[in-house]
Amino acid sequence: MNTISATAKPAIGRGFRLQWEPAQNAHVLLYPEGMIKLNGSAGEIMKRCDGVRTLTEITQDLERAFAVTTGLGDEVAAFIAMALQNKWLEVRS
Amino acid sequence: MTAPHPRPGPPLWLLCELTYRCPLHCVFCYNPVDFSRTGMELTTDEWLRVLREARAAGAVQLGLSGGEPLVRDDVETIVAAAHELGFYINLITSGVGLNEARIQALKRAGLDHIQLSFQDSTRQMNDFLSSTRTFELKSKVAALIKKYDYPMVLNVVLHRLNIDHVDEILAMAKSMQADYVELANTQYYGWAFKNREQLLPSRAQLTRAEQVTQRFRQDNAEHMRVFFVVPDYFERRPKACMNGLGSLFLTIAPDGCALPCQAARMLPGLEFPNVRDASIESIWYDSAAFNHFRGDAWMKEPCRSCPEKTKDFGGCRCQAYLLTGDAANTDPVCDLSPHHHLVTEAVARAERPHVTEKPLVFRDHR
Repeated sequence: MNTISATAKPAIGRGFRLQWEPAQNAHVLLYPEGMIKLNGSAGEIMKRCDGVRTLTEITQDLERAFAVTTGLGDEVAAFIAMALQNKWLEVRS
Repeated sequence: MTAPHPRPGPPLWLLCELTYRCPLHCVFCYNPVDFSRTGMELTTDEWLRVLREARAAGAVQLGLSGGEPLVRDDVETIVAAAHELGFYINLITSGVGLNEARIQALKRAGLDHIQLSFQDSTRQMNDFLSSTRTFELKSKVAALIKKYDYPMVLNVVLHRLNIDHVDEILAMAKSMQADYVELANTQYYGWAFKNREQLLPSRAQLTRAEQVTQRFRQDNAEHMRVFFVVPDYFERRPKACMNGLGSLFLTIAPDGCALPCQAARMLPGLEFPNVRDASIESIWYDSAAFNHFRGDAWMKEPCRSCPEKTKDFGGCRCQAYLLTGDAANTDPVCDLSPHHHLVTEAVARAERPHVTEKPLVFRDHR
């Protein structure tokens, strides 16, 4: 799996859309003729991938939001790497 | 006591068949053969109400199809309203009527995705393969689709009369810079069922087409993804049609008739509700027609006692009805069905070198 740099700014992939669905009580990722229902932590990570924040900032923000002082880095990086591979996310240059 | 009809989740997938009108006459069309006898099309305002109610009930994926949806001049209005409501919007079109002004307006309105479907493969396919009119139309539309930053998705319906040209079809798709190509074998409903004897390919044709597709995939993996959908007549287990009727999919026909599948209108004994008379909420959760095939109380043997019933839901109700005369029977594609011979016999007939006894019936008004 490719690693992602700490300064990369992931954004939702082209053709995908992330939104909160009250009917499913979850974030969903929409794409042509399909949908992925995200679990809580995946939704929290994905909604911060706005193409502006870096991986480091996303991680810090999550640690702040969930009052965890440290240690989310690996988990967030692994999820984002997987999401990049699936084209849910992309890093625009 | 358990409820006979379990309460389903929301109708996540809404398909709006905006019109049955279409400039084409495809022999494999699944629209009802008596489509010209259906009632008045919903008005723009009625479609907007359908969208609001369906969205409130939890629908999130929206398909706009037909017929040819672009025959209507309010597609832009419908897309804008759907986008505002938070739908992910897929337009399924033959490309006829898609010019630059319209695609620009659709993009601005929030259209998310376009699927360009190929049309009648006997007349137009010849055109297409010889790079004449149809190819030019598709190329023009394909260029527009790419210009407006949509992935270029081409859907080609395969059958006996064109399946030997898969290599040319893929080469043409490549020259149109398609990103995704779906080679979908005909499903036998509506007009296609009428023409089944002429459209069902032989096993050798199918095998060869799959091999050609596989080779093409290997050589073009970076640029194009190709999906090949095998006709279910060649399978031994049925497809999990619509993921079970009334579980995810809601189709609204041009006249407002609400259906659990776009082909379900043919099923006898069910009174499908109309959005002119009832809300989406009550249609989805409370109507007899939508509850009928939920759960497994309706099933007959061998499905009822079969451990696979939770996986394929007994297959396709329309296929069961068309082939056996009873929609509650096991889909005869399943080799456990006592009617499976109806499928194997059709496949066996397709092995004959020529099937020419009947003329093709081109979709038309009647």
